[in-house]
Amino acid sequence: MIDLYILLILMIIGAVLALEIKDLLSAVIITGAVGLCLSAAFLLLKAPDLAMTQLIVEIVLVIILVRATIFTDSRVQQTKRNYANFIAVLISISFFLGASGYVIAKLPIFGKPLMRISRTYLSEALSQASVNNVVAAITLDYRIFDTFLALVALFTCLIAIMALSRAKSKEQKTNF
Amino acid sequence: MIYFLCFILFSIGIYGVLVKRNIIKLIISTMILNYAVYILLVLMGFRWQGQVPVFVSDQEINFMVDPLPQSMVMVAMIVGLAVTALLVAVAMRLYQQFKTFDIKEIIEIKTKKPEVDNNA
Repeated sequence: MIDLYILLILMIIGAVLALEIKDLLSAVIITGAVGLCLSAAFLLLKAPDLAMTQLIVEIVLVIILVRATIFTDSRVQQTKRNYANFIAVLISISFFLGASGYVIAKLPIFGKPLMRISRTYLSEALSQASVNNVVAAITLDYRIFDTFLALVALFTCLIAIMALSRAKSKEQKTNF
Repeated sequence: MIYFLCFILFSIGIYGVLVKRNIIKLIISTMILNYAVYILLVLMGFRWQGQVPVFVSDQEINFMVDPLPQSMVMVAMIVGLAVTALLVAVAMRLYQQFKTFDIKEIIEIKTKKPEVDNNA
């Protein structure tokens, strides 16, 4: 239990550091460390599938972000901070945290989950889907339509990325 | 109490989105928002002395953690990867066009674009 707290506090410290550090490359690397802490937290929360997926996703994201920042001037320029804006944001965030107390009171108590839907999944998965891993059974059998729409979103993003990179090359051809 | 740490992480992400001006910092803030939501959903499905939801020989259903949030988070994770990659692509394109990651500078360049075109 205490290790979960330690990992979450490490994630919070890493998030603050990644946002406040001046060097962009260091910020990207610290974000990778935050994602790896998240992966370890998933492992402690008995979700090994999620831990593996998060590990791969984090590595891919860090590679992409390093590729985006390594050839640029990676120092953030020191600019004057708009204090009225800053104070307004802090006040709204403190309101958000205050309101989150009511939300937490409505959530199920930690360690005693609501199993109303997943109890049937757990009891029926082996006979209906004949899959040992219940997470795989839910993702790929019971809720395959969700996964399908997620893949639609994934490929839409891929098409958008390809369109952006192609526009670059066409413009370079015409300009130079 | 442990839910509150997730909310603190989420509010750090909101702070980054609202205050930071560098595009890479904005992307990092959205990644932090993603992480906060993932860990909150998985924490809601945790059970004391719970076990991995995989059927082995001596495993009882009553001692498994909730598998439904885990499968939802797995799908959300893939979509989050795609969206973040799209944001990075947009940021690299903006850098090629304007030679900066700063949003204020991009807006300044865009407002006096005719001069820039004449100089170029």
